[in-house]
Amino acid sequence: MIDYNQFLATQAVELKPSGIRRFFDVASKMENVISLGVGEPDFVTPWAIRDMAIASIEDGFTSYTANPGLLELREEIANYMERSYHLSYQPENQIIVTIGASQALDTAFRALLNPGEEVLIIEPAFVSYAALVTMAGGKPIPVSTWAENGFKVTAEQIEKAITPRTKAILLCSPNNPTGAFLNKHDLSAIAEVVKKHNLIVVSDEIYAELTYDEEYYSIATLPGMYERTIVINGFSKAFAMTGWRLGYVCAPQPIIEVMLKIHQYTTMCAPHMLQHGAIEALRNGADQVEEMRKSYRRRRNYIVEALNQIGLNCHLPGGAFYVFPSIQNTGLTSEQFAEQLLMKERVAVVPGNAFGESGEGYIRCSYATSLQQLQEAIRRIEKFLQSLGANPKVCEHQASL
Amino acid sequence: MKLTNEELEILAILEENHRQSVKSIAMQVQLSEDKVAELIKKLEDENIIVSYPALIDWSKVDGKENVVAMIDVKVTPKRGVGFDEVAEKIYRFPEVTSLYLMSGAYDLSVTVEGKTMKEIAMFVSDKLSTVENVISTTTHFMLKKYKHDGVIIEGKEDQDRRMVVAP
Repeated sequence: MIDYNQFLATQAVELKPSGIRRFFDVASKMENVISLGVGEPDFVTPWAIRDMAIASIEDGFTSYTANPGLLELREEIANYMERSYHLSYQPENQIIVTIGASQALDTAFRALLNPGEEVLIIEPAFVSYAALVTMAGGKPIPVSTWAENGFKVTAEQIEKAITPRTKAILLCSPNNPTGAFLNKHDLSAIAEVVKKHNLIVVSDEIYAELTYDEEYYSIATLPGMYERTIVINGFSKAFAMTGWRLGYVCAPQPIIEVMLKIHQYTTMCAPHMLQHGAIEALRNGADQVEEMRKSYRRRRNYIVEALNQIGLNCHLPGGAFYVFPSIQNTGLTSEQFAEQLLMKERVAVVPGNAFGESGEGYIRCSYATSLQQLQEAIRRIEKFLQSLGANPKVCEHQASL
Repeated sequence: MKLTNEELEILAILEENHRQSVKSIAMQVQLSEDKVAELIKKLEDENIIVSYPALIDWSKVDGKENVVAMIDVKVTPKRGVGFDEVAEKIYRFPEVTSLYLMSGAYDLSVTVEGKTMKEIAMFVSDKLSTVENVISTTTHFMLKKYKHDGVIIEGKEDQDRRMVVAP
């Protein structure tokens, strides 16, 4: 019997497995499951985008592209960044098209981090962040946020976590899993701390198109922040293109230059034919993004109201397609709640602690599923709560973030 | 008529699926049930919401299969009333399920439903072409319905292909 650990890198072996994985294995084998556990849109990619990629294959666009992606696509990304977020990037040397926003994050950390340097991660956070920082040789430092503040991080919390080894802050607004949205006011305070301590911001803006009450605002537009922000975005959430694995990164030229070296050695370039679909998305997809956004907004309103009515206290998140209700009044842990709910009523949700310690006591529900399914899920969750024998009191509806 | 954002939202929700409770709609638009009921009543009174039909695929129901024809009709417009008078004479027939005034090679587009092709042929020759001011008709029989009023009848994309749990 070979002990494979002798061959495997210690750091890789010691990576924490994603808390979602184990749950997925159980849920995927069950029938009649209503899933609120899916972190991707329920829409299929708009037809015009798919059609363009098909045409691209038919026309023989099967070669590599330039390392940072087709110039035509980078030009469209530059136009989009300008028109949507008032951010100006040169297509020639400030933009790289990546294999999803995930690769952009990975490349960013590898470009930024010397061994042991720290990155502040606002928790609850997307499951990959800490692992990406670790794999790049850095040290993830969690900064916990709480429901009382709508899971928004404050400048004070950030300042407290800063040490001489802190290199960067990873921000994700709107946030997965909490849906928390940082407005201009929130970001301005954070930006001051960033400048004061000479840090870099890695801004994961993958949910930027999905904000429901206030206009999206990128931290890079604040005075003095363009120079110290790496903006990461992609096509997955806005255009319902998760399976395409297409993202991009925009940053100051010296950062992009180094990121491009890493990108070209690891992946060469994003798939050629899919980049043509992405061009179509940016040129003509805005109306469909707006339709999807409206649809998510209605479902967000519905599920927040419904969860509060059946006794799970839930704040109204400003963006993304997740709600993060508290299950503390059931007396169960997040994992117990999620597991029992799945076994008894066949509703899949993700336990909040999968996103960091401060997610304990919460569950993540994705409302990227049809209204009929949401209504049935609510009915089942209510039945589950009643079966607990508890008397979950109807909590007051918290207004908004 | 200028509508508020809430009214537009309610229309979008009803257009997608009108078989849901006022409560469900109210929760989606962040208004009280009473307010939503009041707005729907107003939209009905203004005839902005005209009716709430169901889209039924009769071809699946034994004995209820029907034949649909789209007929291009050329007419001579009448002084003073234009096409309205002849349109009214045509849409009064219960066989006519829709009627539009068109630009281009012909004037009226008439959709007719019947049990058999023969029944529609009879309708065209006996009733439609004899209406005053109708000059000519061209009848196209519909062979298969793929999409109707924005709804794909049997789509390949109805199935959810996503994994049950994903980050």
